[in-house]
Amino acid sequence: MSQRLPKGGRLIDRSTEMSFTFNGQTLHGYAGDTLASALLANDRMMVGRSFKYHRPRGVVASGAEEPNALINMGQGSRFEPNQRATTTELFSGLTARSQNHWPSLDFDVGAVNAHLSRFLPAGFYYKMFIHPRSFWKHVYEPFIRQSAGLGQAPTERDADTYEHFYAFADVLVIGGGIAGLEAARAAGASGAKVLVLEQTAHWGGRAPVDGGHVGGRPVEDYIDSLVAELQAMENVTLRSRCMGAGVYDHGYVLGYERLNDHRPGQDGPRHRLWRIRAKQIVTATGAIERPLSFAGNDVPGVMLASAMRDYVVNWGVTPGQRVVVATNNDDAYRTAIALKKAGVDVLRILDARETGGGALMNTARDMGIRIDCGRGIGKVTGGKRVKKVQICAQAGAGGALEEIACDAVAMSGGWSPVVHLWSHCGGKLLWDGDQAHFRPDPSRAPTGADGKPFVTVAGSANGHLGLDAILPDAGEAGRVAAQAAGFKPKRAAAVAVDPTTEAPMEPVWMMPAQARPALRAKAWLDYQNDVKVSDVRLAAQEGYESVEHTKRYTTLGMATDQGKLSNINGLATLADALGEAIPNVGTTTFRPPYTPISMGSIGGEARGAVFQPVRETPMYGWHDSHGADWEPVGQWRRPYAYVRPGETTHDAVMREVRNVREGVGMLDASTLGKIVVKGPDAGRFLDMLYTNMMSTLKPGKCRYGLMCSENGFLIDDGVVARIDEDTFLCHTTTGGADRIHAHMEEWLQTEWWDWQVYTANMTEQYAQIAVVGPKARVLLEKLGGMDLSKESLAFMEWRDGKIGSFDARVYRISFSGELSYEIAVPASQGQAFWDALMQAGADLGVMPYGTEALHILRAEKGFIMIGDETDGTVIPQDLGLNWAISKKKTDYLGKRAQSRDHMTDPTRWKLVGLETVDGSVIPDGAYAVAEGTNANGQRNTQGRVTSTYHSPTLGKGIAMGLVLNGPDRMGEVIDFPGTDGTVYKAKIVDPVFYDKDGEKQNV
Amino acid sequence: MPGVHQMKRYSAFAVAREALRFHTGWERAWRSPEPRRRYDVVIVGAGGHGLATAYYLGKNFGITNVAVIEKGWLGGGNTGRNTTIIRSNYLQDPSAAIYEKARGLYETLSQDLNYNVMFSPRGVMMLAQTQHEIRGYQRTAHANALQGVETRFITPAEVKELCPIIELDGPRYPVLGALWQPRGGTARHDAVAWGYARACSAMGMDIIQKCEVTGIRSENGKVRGVDTTKGPIDCAKLGIVVAGHSGVLAEQAGFRLPIESLALQALVSEPIKPCMDVVVMANTVHGYMSQSDKGEMVIGGGTDGFNNYTQRGSFHHIEETVRALIETFPMISRLKMLRQWGGIVDMTGDRSPILSKTPIEGCFVNCGWGTGGFKAIPGSGWAMAELMAQGRSPLAEEFSLDRFRVGKFIDESVAAGVAH
Repeated sequence: MSQRLPKGGRLIDRSTEMSFTFNGQTLHGYAGDTLASALLANDRMMVGRSFKYHRPRGVVASGAEEPNALINMGQGSRFEPNQRATTTELFSGLTARSQNHWPSLDFDVGAVNAHLSRFLPAGFYYKMFIHPRSFWKHVYEPFIRQSAGLGQAPTERDADTYEHFYAFADVLVIGGGIAGLEAARAAGASGAKVLVLEQTAHWGGRAPVDGGHVGGRPVEDYIDSLVAELQAMENVTLRSRCMGAGVYDHGYVLGYERLNDHRPGQDGPRHRLWRIRAKQIVTATGAIERPLSFAGNDVPGVMLASAMRDYVVNWGVTPGQRVVVATNNDDAYRTAIALKKAGVDVLRILDARETGGGALMNTARDMGIRIDCGRGIGKVTGGKRVKKVQICAQAGAGGALEEIACDAVAMSGGWSPVVHLWSHCGGKLLWDGDQAHFRPDPSRAPTGADGKPFVTVAGSANGHLGLDAILPDAGEAGRVAAQAAGFKPKRAAAVAVDPTTEAPMEPVWMMPAQARPALRAKAWLDYQNDVKVSDVRLAAQEGYESVEHTKRYTTLGMATDQGKLSNINGLATLADALGEAIPNVGTTTFRPPYTPISMGSIGGEARGAVFQPVRETPMYGWHDSHGADWEPVGQWRRPYAYVRPGETTHDAVMREVRNVREGVGMLDASTLGKIVVKGPDAGRFLDMLYTNMMSTLKPGKCRYGLMCSENGFLIDDGVVARIDEDTFLCHTTTGGADRIHAHMEEWLQTEWWDWQVYTANMTEQYAQIAVVGPKARVLLEKLGGMDLSKESLAFMEWRDGKIGSFDARVYRISFSGELSYEIAVPASQGQAFWDALMQAGADLGVMPYGTEALHILRAEKGFIMIGDETDGTVIPQDLGLNWAISKKKTDYLGKRAQSRDHMTDPTRWKLVGLETVDGSVIPDGAYAVAEGTNANGQRNTQGRVTSTYHSPTLGKGIAMGLVLNGPDRMGEVIDFPGTDGTVYKAKIVDPVFYDKDGEKQNV
Repeated sequence: MPGVHQMKRYSAFAVAREALRFHTGWERAWRSPEPRRRYDVVIVGAGGHGLATAYYLGKNFGITNVAVIEKGWLGGGNTGRNTTIIRSNYLQDPSAAIYEKARGLYETLSQDLNYNVMFSPRGVMMLAQTQHEIRGYQRTAHANALQGVETRFITPAEVKELCPIIELDGPRYPVLGALWQPRGGTARHDAVAWGYARACSAMGMDIIQKCEVTGIRSENGKVRGVDTTKGPIDCAKLGIVVAGHSGVLAEQAGFRLPIESLALQALVSEPIKPCMDVVVMANTVHGYMSQSDKGEMVIGGGTDGFNNYTQRGSFHHIEETVRALIETFPMISRLKMLRQWGGIVDMTGDRSPILSKTPIEGCFVNCGWGTGGFKAIPGSGWAMAELMAQGRSPLAEEFSLDRFRVGKFIDESVAAGVAH
């Protein structure tokens, strides 16, 4: 059994007990435990089920590489699936449930898959479930989906918050183990601004567990003094519980800080995402031990040797009472020694090397541990827990030499540097045959914009496994990074370190080397996704030879641990099957993040109401309290209509339209874009931007203008007012303001950079109110102030002046066909001005109107709306707007495009009005059909509706549309089928339905 | 001329038979030959589109003396990097025709190829979150009805019923309805490439991986062959089907394409139990999501704002995408991102593909699928094979290079700024 040892555990505080639940049962641990160590202390070795075969799964590692110990954690709005127990700090009240089983962890129906595993090899689903066709969607797929997946889906809105931090560093050190700290000190001594990120809550990494001496002192003391020294340096920042998640182009790095995971419910954000710009990066990310591939290496109780040592030394927990150690290198002897010192029986060390190990082997032997060289594990037996180990000759086929009853197995297949962060941004690897691992190739580091390397690697991440090599390497990495960041590093005095006296490791990719197929089919590579040695060999046999093919065909390394334990073993197995050298097979691509990071942290603060903050006009609150039915338009919200009690939205729209036609209405037009274009070349610039001539506009006058893209398509429209000789104010559509401003700047900055023009987006500086209707002038005159008579302010003119006590700029423009004034006042005065108008207009029956009434009013008048009549494929000529295209100008944006063959094609659909024969309203988006079908069997069409409304003014359905030869077919009736089978018959008419001569707007 | 390779059929029975001998009897899914000196047709690019082109050349026109040349590993470009969505609810006639052709072929592709590509017609919905989007999708629904594409505009209540994890009344953009294509869905992307490769190989075609084209040879305006890292190969007809590097190959052939190369971002979450049985695209906030058969939430983002050829993930787009999806599906906030990546997509000016003859006689190009190529693979291959074999294809007609000269664009972004 696994249990807490009577003493020991450098990270736990035995005086602070914490209770937690696992599958509903209350258990106890200590402060400083991880969930994994606490579970092991309570003899919970089996903690989950694997993905495909639902095999029992136990804790196999002690850190971020853990593939098995994934749990459903928390409840309700703080529930989270797939939480890794080995990196979850224990807290009182933690609730954990195991995953991927039904009905229970102990008895799982899905485990039948394990018995069928022979029939479910890699890629079986590509070869099966082909017939009958409909069964895939309705029978096979639901079954496969249900048995796949791991944790439960959360159901509630997240109760926690998240935030982003922005940071800049000269040298960013990723990893707070001894190498990272040493590199940070070396870099910090140069005066560089240094930031150190450590994913766990502790500094020093593996070094305190592995032991050794530096400068005559225990390594743990050395680390303490390093941390103290760094904390005292003002130019150095240390962040623990903060993982370097991804390295991106040009030294952009994401850090993932877990602020409250270990104390949920505390104030403040749960996670913080650091967005770091670093001049130089040192990856001191350590190394991960590899499992050995033997039959039954997935049975709970089989654990990485280093992890077993961690549990003993860090948390005072032993995963077993009678342990067998299997290794191909010296490091696992440290585990045997640590276990023995803690009073645990170490039954045997099986060293695959014929000649065994170095000094550590002798120490172990001196402690009375029996060591068999040239031996390996033939098979581990036991279902939910290790029961027996069969010993075999490593060189053989797996014939059992002996069988030992035991309850835990520690395995070590050697160490692989953590090269993920080095590789994210293009750093290349080289194969180190001596250590049998890939490590960073210093000559092929990731490079920045200047072509120079911006990542340096330090310590065991660089392939150094002994303290005597790690410390000088790390110090040098810190100095190299500081120098590359522009600082002068100082040479440090060398410290005395225990020399490494280890014997060379020997690669073991299959144990035993000549294992039979039956054994290979039980030797796991990827524990979570259930990929075995036999699966990788099958992929190679079937021609999935590229490492990416093998990965995708078998799902090797695609689990939530992203192959931290399985990748190298899988590659070696593939290389062996193909008869290739491992480096020729290569690795799969390392992708961010290093370990999974919460979606919440990626989203950051911007959620709910501040996801995309609503832009509010000065009168927003008034609208909201007067029945506004809001419609999102761009980043704004505009009232669609002001719905009164007892009215439908449709009723309100009809009322608003009638009121404008008969009395006076008010529209909040503040959202319309207002871009000031100023400078000696402003007129020339606008002549290029608009199809019309703008440079000839006189100050005091307004002109409606069209803007086209380079491809000739109409992209925006609006009224341009000339303020003075050098200044124009360009109105844009609501949604177009930012886009058009950017469009202007792009042309100014890239094409006409030598023209003297400035632009400024003044949209939010003004509140703009349209006062519209036959009584508009009466209303405004009640407030007093400037002369608004036709003689003083004619149609398409503007003036500055006072209305009442308000400073105002009044434009005599109309988008409804009625007498209309658009009045801009400073934004700060908007609400007061609105109130004054409402008050003055009360006895005239003034009402606000919304966007839908606006749309109907303009459609009755035949005015186009950008986004309705235009859709990015329409040119002004299609809309009968030739009058707004200057014939005099030699050029404007879109002019050349509009002369191309297809643009001048007479069969382009043209704008017309449409009146339904029976008064009904044609559905939005309906097409007019023509006879027959095209070469692809699609029904032929001859036009489409672009805007369609019920017109309360005319009492019938009206529409605008684009129709083949439309202007020449007045009076003809064409068919618009709806999606429900109804056919709408509509007569082609002039698009101006109301006041064709424009008398009303001109009074 | 090698004979047609007898392909052993895949079935549950075959799997059971092989299980009894530890699967030692499975043969290669596709052969891995050295190139011969000459083929009737050479296709450059063994992605989905290139392999499908070869497959339909063989199947529909009996042209099997074909080599498909691949710089890396087959299916390793965008075929293996996309978010696997299949739909055909396009607005413009030429788009709807080719995507619906593709979708229809996907329906029976597993049976056709004897390789389970796991086409899952689970339904695709595109959310309408503004009045403008409602009008846009209603227009698409009308267009689709006339194009023979089954779609309809559904209510918010229907949206919720089909996708319970969606938030209808989010604080920013309420869901006002959706365009629903019930026979849209997903498929296993790698399997599409592998299935085609296996079928091509069985017809006697040579798929040559790790073979880079270094030059395109022509004489008197007619294509003669290609130079490769495995030597020169002659051919009478050449198809360039190399999304992400189309401009590079065109330059080798001596003409230019109106294409920019951009990195498109995508990511997946850790796997969870089934919670979403449809594909949802939210274009106002910009993000789309579905759940894979493994249980991962598969999420698509946007393209980086600059041209490049590195197939790497970047952060800025996924930030916007994830943020948008948290608003749409609040439950994903507590899921974790497992992996992010990028693929290089060809972007044309009108965001529609190019299937076309080129200035070089006998040289054809299939590119420019932008962010939406996976769903088109069977239809694209079908049309490209027709174009190469017969010189014209109704499905490809409107997608010729000439449209950029005359201004006859096929712009799909018009309805509602839809990503595709």
